[in-house]
Amino acid sequence: MKQVLKRYRSFLVVSVVLILLGLFNQELGRQVLDTTAYQLKEMVLIIPPIFVLLGLLDVWVPKQTMVKYMGEGSGLKGILLALLIGSAAAGPLYGAFPVAAVFMKKGVKFSNILIFIGAWSTTKIPMILFEFSSLGVPFGLTRLLVDIPGILIIAYLLQALVGRQEIEAIYEKASKA
Amino acid sequence: MNIILYSVAASLLILSFLKDREKTKNALKKAWKAFENILPQFLVVIALVSLLLSLLDHQLILKLIGSESGWLGILLAAIVGSVTLIPGFVAFPTAAILVSGGAGYMQIGAFISTLMMVGIVTLPVEMQYFGKKLAIYRNTLGFVFSFLVAFVIGQVMEVLA
Repeated sequence: MKQVLKRYRSFLVVSVVLILLGLFNQELGRQVLDTTAYQLKEMVLIIPPIFVLLGLLDVWVPKQTMVKYMGEGSGLKGILLALLIGSAAAGPLYGAFPVAAVFMKKGVKFSNILIFIGAWSTTKIPMILFEFSSLGVPFGLTRLLVDIPGILIIAYLLQALVGRQEIEAIYEKASKA
Repeated sequence: MNIILYSVAASLLILSFLKDREKTKNALKKAWKAFENILPQFLVVIALVSLLLSLLDHQLILKLIGSESGWLGILLAAIVGSVTLIPGFVAFPTAAILVSGGAGYMQIGAFISTLMMVGIVTLPVEMQYFGKKLAIYRNTLGFVFSFLVAFVIGQVMEVLA
């Protein structure tokens, strides 16, 4: 119980602040409550299938398979797979982090993890279709054409900036989760 | 999209259950553990995002990032995009409304790009998985890169207009 309380401490603090704010400014309070309910609904809708797929991936797909397709030496195939899986995703970016952790556990190369994160954040296919319809094809297509090389550049730049030691520490952490 | 995701997850789950009950149970346990692990941060993020969304209104945004607002407007749009976490199906129609209300394409490009690449409120979650250094670097690079995106989109839209 104490452990639980400690883990949810930040959330409790934020909740208390928001409740006080709501008492002070009722209109704002109601708006925050509405938005929170909406976001929670989105989370509840999108998260169960993602985590179920994660659990299944963890249990069924052997490490060798993932290493072969997306690990060291997977080359262009690994890069394309990372782009594809990230683009096929649904849900906000924070949903990508647990997936990345399982990928790390399964021996996926670090640059491919970063490419996957980049794709999840910017080239999600359902979102692109939505973007086309609201902002127009030229806008969406231009963004996409700039973003795809951007994802790759940022991934390799990050890998170089962070250094081997830090990357090892990140993998170590993922293996324990 | 949700329907596809659910159908895929459900069919694989059933398949897994038919093949090996024990493994399936294990998979669900792992799924739950992974979820519960990150739930506290999720909840904080959601509460903060809701507060931010409630504080910003269209009128204010438009004043700050109209097409006449120039680089300062782009910077502001990039900051707004960085600190907010708006789901795409809200963000795109909002952006479309802002454009028809006079916001510039460059500014909207910066907003959309940082919205996707940079997440200040989700930083705690990101750090949990990737460590402080990488999370900060990734978000910084995304922020800088968004200006390039904004610039190119601005040029292209100007040529087409």
